[in-house]
Amino acid sequence: MNLRQLKQRFMLHLDPMLLYGLGGMMLVSLLVLYSATDGSWMRVLSQFVSILVAFSALWIIANMPLHWLMRIAVPMYVLGMLLLIGVALFGEISHGARRWLNIGVVTIQPSELMKIAVPLMMAWYFEKHEATLKLKNHVVAALLLAMPVALIVRQPDLGTSILISASGFYVLFLAGLSWRLMAVLGVGALASAPFVWHMLHDYQRHRILMLLDPSQDALGKGYHTIQGMIAVGSGGFLGKGYLNGTQTHLDFLPERSTDFIFAVYSEEFGFLGNLILLGLYAFIIGRGFIITANASTYFTRLMAGSITLTFFTYTFVNMGMVSGILPVVGVPLPLVSYGGTSMLTLMLGFGVLMSIHTHQRLVKT
Amino acid sequence: MTSKIELRDHQREIYFFRLRLFLSLGFVVLLLFILLLRFFYLQVVRNGYFETMAESNRIYVVPIVPNRGIITDRNGVVLARNYAGYTLEVKPDKIASMDATIAEIGKLVEIKPKDLRRFNKLLSERRSLQTLPLRTRLSDEEVARFAAQRYRFPGVEIKARLFREYPYVEATSHLLGYIGRINQQEIDELEQSDKATNYLGSDYIGKTGIEQYYEGAMHGMTGFEQVEVDANGRAVRMLSRTSPQSGKNLTLTLDAKLQEIAVQAFGDYRGALIAIDPNNGEVLAYVSKPGYDPNLFIDGIDSESWDELNNSPDVPLNNRALRGQYPMGSTIKPFMALAGLHYNARPAAREISDPGYYTLPGSSHQYHDWKAGGHGRVDLFKSIVVSCDTYYYGLATELGIDHMHDYLEQFGFGKKTGIDLEGEVSGLLPSTEWKMKRYQQVWYPGDTVSAGIGQGYQLVTPVQLAFAVATLANDGVAYRPHLVKEIQDTPKTEPSTVLYDLHVPPEHLALVKRAMIEALKPGGTAAGAFMGVQYSVGGKTGTAQVVGMKQGERYDAKKLSEYNRDHAWFIAFAPADKPRIALAVLAENGGHGGATAAPIARKVMDYYLLGIAPKPLQKVSDRAGVEND
Repeated sequence: MNLRQLKQRFMLHLDPMLLYGLGGMMLVSLLVLYSATDGSWMRVLSQFVSILVAFSALWIIANMPLHWLMRIAVPMYVLGMLLLIGVALFGEISHGARRWLNIGVVTIQPSELMKIAVPLMMAWYFEKHEATLKLKNHVVAALLLAMPVALIVRQPDLGTSILISASGFYVLFLAGLSWRLMAVLGVGALASAPFVWHMLHDYQRHRILMLLDPSQDALGKGYHTIQGMIAVGSGGFLGKGYLNGTQTHLDFLPERSTDFIFAVYSEEFGFLGNLILLGLYAFIIGRGFIITANASTYFTRLMAGSITLTFFTYTFVNMGMVSGILPVVGVPLPLVSYGGTSMLTLMLGFGVLMSIHTHQRLVKT
Repeated sequence: MTSKIELRDHQREIYFFRLRLFLSLGFVVLLLFILLLRFFYLQVVRNGYFETMAESNRIYVVPIVPNRGIITDRNGVVLARNYAGYTLEVKPDKIASMDATIAEIGKLVEIKPKDLRRFNKLLSERRSLQTLPLRTRLSDEEVARFAAQRYRFPGVEIKARLFREYPYVEATSHLLGYIGRINQQEIDELEQSDKATNYLGSDYIGKTGIEQYYEGAMHGMTGFEQVEVDANGRAVRMLSRTSPQSGKNLTLTLDAKLQEIAVQAFGDYRGALIAIDPNNGEVLAYVSKPGYDPNLFIDGIDSESWDELNNSPDVPLNNRALRGQYPMGSTIKPFMALAGLHYNARPAAREISDPGYYTLPGSSHQYHDWKAGGHGRVDLFKSIVVSCDTYYYGLATELGIDHMHDYLEQFGFGKKTGIDLEGEVSGLLPSTEWKMKRYQQVWYPGDTVSAGIGQGYQLVTPVQLAFAVATLANDGVAYRPHLVKEIQDTPKTEPSTVLYDLHVPPEHLALVKRAMIEALKPGGTAAGAFMGVQYSVGGKTGTAQVVGMKQGERYDAKKLSEYNRDHAWFIAFAPADKPRIALAVLAENGGHGGATAAPIARKVMDYYLLGIAPKPLQKVSDRAGVEND
């Protein structure tokens, strides 16, 4: 095999368009992270390693035949559920939340695994009952979704449970959940809101209240939202310039390398920068839509659609909370925020997308 | 067939799926558009607002307190100064358990019970976010000890500051007043007069005396430093700086040495002395005894010292010179004589016969002369020399109270002199109109009789009387009495501005002055005090009753408790031909003016005119290095 053949083999199951979009995102991530960490090469390097690991994972998944994916759906889901139950029973508490499980060598966060496992399981289930799809199947699928979400909400981890709920809901929606049922569920959700409110932890309630009026507690719970909005707003049209954000570099922005990294970007690159970033996201999401639309099987359609829409949800929730139109829930900016785990799960998702796209292309030819 | 149906179903399925996908796409586009609108709103529409927010986040304006102007006497002797020192300051908002913290600090730095009492008082009346001094004047060693342990005490810090000090302590207390920590009422006043920004970093403000009256000049202009800070409030860099302008130094008209001599001359007497240069109104000495230690008030006085000052029967906090109101007694006589001449009520040469008492026509009530048996035949000249009461009982009756009022008012009685101190009171100069207004009563002829010798309703302050004497000494040309000779870098306007000229006929003045000179010579009422005097001097004694005497009763000092004895007055000017000093002395409960008040005046004049200091003059000025408690 010469170099050209090697490259061909390497690119065989990768989607170049998506790859460009993701690569652009990674550049943005490293660039902004350098500013957000006040020039910490350590953090940038560590993020770079995460990116490499995540790309490798993407490549592996992309090269996996689709029936392998279908085969691991059930074991992965069951394993995830067991781990979640394990967390609930023996999990380690950190920052007031029980999210991590120590399995001897490493500490893992099973809820991250479920971001892939839940839509995979649901898509597998719908594929299996494709021929005779009834309301009953939707109820079962909804239960498959509700069980892990309930466990994750109790951890508590609002951000992850929202994202998993969304990914599951997209599967249900794309699988043809009847409009009437959705209306009933919608009304039911509104009716159950007071009970859910009751179940929420105090800090979660605070965050929702603060969204309504962040200035009420400017130094306490509203601080994140206010400082984020100040950073975004003060960026203006062109931004303050790279490495020149005062909110960022004088420590006013909390969580600025993780959940609030968008505020750093926004402050330094302004409205114009936001337009470009939104464009980049739209490009990736658009590519996801195209792949979804062309997916050949029921399973792959549901899976691709859910992955694409979940990615969008990630983006919207994060930007919405930083710019003050959504409550502060712990959702990072996808592909940009510092952190290996979310990078890995996101890239696994894109790996699945590429696999769906490239394997059926091979099938066609 | 079956495969065909299946195929159609498959197409249908794809159609529905794509419909849903298309709806999702619409949803995505809509939400992205909402985000875009939100960014546009925050970054373009509201950019100005958020930019301001970001700026106020990062930019702190740190006030730089100007140095307060110092106060010197006319010869450059320092009366109020600033010294650099360290204080231990506490931010109560940052401290969880004050008692525990203070106990811990106490192991490093000595905290006396007095410091603690003062601190607790400040704590009870503090403004929010204020820092309070726990200890002042730390030694270098204490500073070093605390600095090494500072990390243990968040909210406690050592500050290097300028402190105010009044080296003359009691001697100048009522004149200089003091500065003290700014209270809520003063903040409100500053805000109302738009001066609050100038006091952003200031802890102190003039509370009384010169410090209060000249606050505006002495405080200076606060400077500002714009500092970029991070979220923890740490300064990152300085952006700009506006230097403060130091407060103006004041040069007083006072002569510190003269002041000291005057204070010493009082001995144990309470009272007041005001000496004025009649040629320009400059106050040369301003004494109110007893004084107090103004240094105690600067950082808040502890309750024990306060109670001691406040409950003392000697009322040391009362500024007698400015706010004490006393009957003027016989010191009214020279002015009455001028009034008589002015209204031509009694020619100077007309003699009356003094049997030792006066009776109003148609009344048997006897108004006694101080001298039983009387002074015999008395004309105007003699009436002043011997201080004949009977003469003035009659003269007052002949003038009538309203003429007396109108004439005496010109010498400043019954109104404020306008001296540059806050809180001056106006005394009381009665008239028929006043009595009707005040008591809804007509004026009785008997009221006039006692008013003629300065008793009854009439009240004066020592400052007023000194001003009147100065005006008399300066031939009716009045200057506003003032304590500040010069404000640094400010053109002089105050001195030598004539307040008014009474245009008193020279022959009237000459006669009265001559009589006042004679009064200090053998045969006069204050002859003893001015024995062997080397300059020409005119004066008049006075005695102000504290308790009224019943008809037929005679005053006997021994029978009265100390605080009920008569007050002694003495007024004088010298050199008589061209006066350079005019003064009024009040010795509370001093009895006869010639015996107690006049000797005080003598000592002051001897020093001022001849440079002769009384022998046993203790230094009161030397308190450098003395602890502040």
